[in-house]
Amino acid sequence: MSDHDHDHDHAPITNGDEPPAAARARALEELLVEKGVISREDVRRNVDLLVSRSPADGARLIARAWVDPAFKRRLLEDARAAAIELGLDPGPAPVVVAVENTDRVHHMVVCTLCSCYPRGLLGPPPAWYKSLAYRSRAVSDPRGVLEEFGVELDENVALRVLDSTANIRYLVIPRRPDGTEAMSEEEIATLVTRDSMIGVAHPVRPAAVTA
Amino acid sequence: MRFDPGTRVRVADRPHEGHHRTPAYVKGKTGRVERVHAAFKSPEARAYGGDGLPQQPLYLVGFAQRDVWPEYRGRPGDRISLDIYEHWLEDAD
Repeated sequence: MSDHDHDHDHAPITNGDEPPAAARARALEELLVEKGVISREDVRRNVDLLVSRSPADGARLIARAWVDPAFKRRLLEDARAAAIELGLDPGPAPVVVAVENTDRVHHMVVCTLCSCYPRGLLGPPPAWYKSLAYRSRAVSDPRGVLEEFGVELDENVALRVLDSTANIRYLVIPRRPDGTEAMSEEEIATLVTRDSMIGVAHPVRPAAVTA
Repeated sequence: MRFDPGTRVRVADRPHEGHHRTPAYVKGKTGRVERVHAAFKSPEARAYGGDGLPQQPLYLVGFAQRDVWPEYRGRPGDRISLDIYEHWLEDAD
């Protein structure tokens, strides 16, 4: 806070083009550090942790589930334990629950209230995931959203939207593409995209990789 | 845990001042418990510096999309599932 007398005019002090939300976050951080609630080191460590994760981590889980049915069962029962089993660090809470796409049901994940996302396994969410348009339309018109993402569901596939409103983060296990039987676990992991683990895309088809 | 998987439940249709994690679009709607997660500290208290105790059981509750959105464009079997804390749920039968 400024403590000098305002008996003179000057332009408001601004930080260039910093968006209001960023300015607010920075102000909160300053206050929390000043009051000793968190340290700068805590902030830096957590940012580093978050950006060190990427969809490649989640893809390893999916690829293993595709080649190992027993691992898939463990992933569906306890995704956190399954991730640790593969040497991944899902981070501290929250709880991750994996859901499986089949020939009967397709899953799609949204967080209408904010931007809940399995960050410990996929890294930061894409910008569109946090947009008001996706967050509102993914629940009220999910088939329209899937069409815009270029996803067609088979005739008898029901769509199940998961709105992660609380402590649980959802990870979609997409269907394994046909024509991948001869591929290694490492090769099929490259077919698993971030969007396919959110449920707004199918995995890459192997022809598109080898072509 | 008050509700077993399969139980028909209604989401309380009550206003709530301040932070809560029950979206307006399911308030008053009837669905079915799909999964019992665990008990967690209540975000309604934690958002304001409270300890969030006692912990609230959290359920995954599924709704038919056509029950939630009258003009829903999709298949009859399409569902939407959300995590709802126990104190927002009522027995629907």
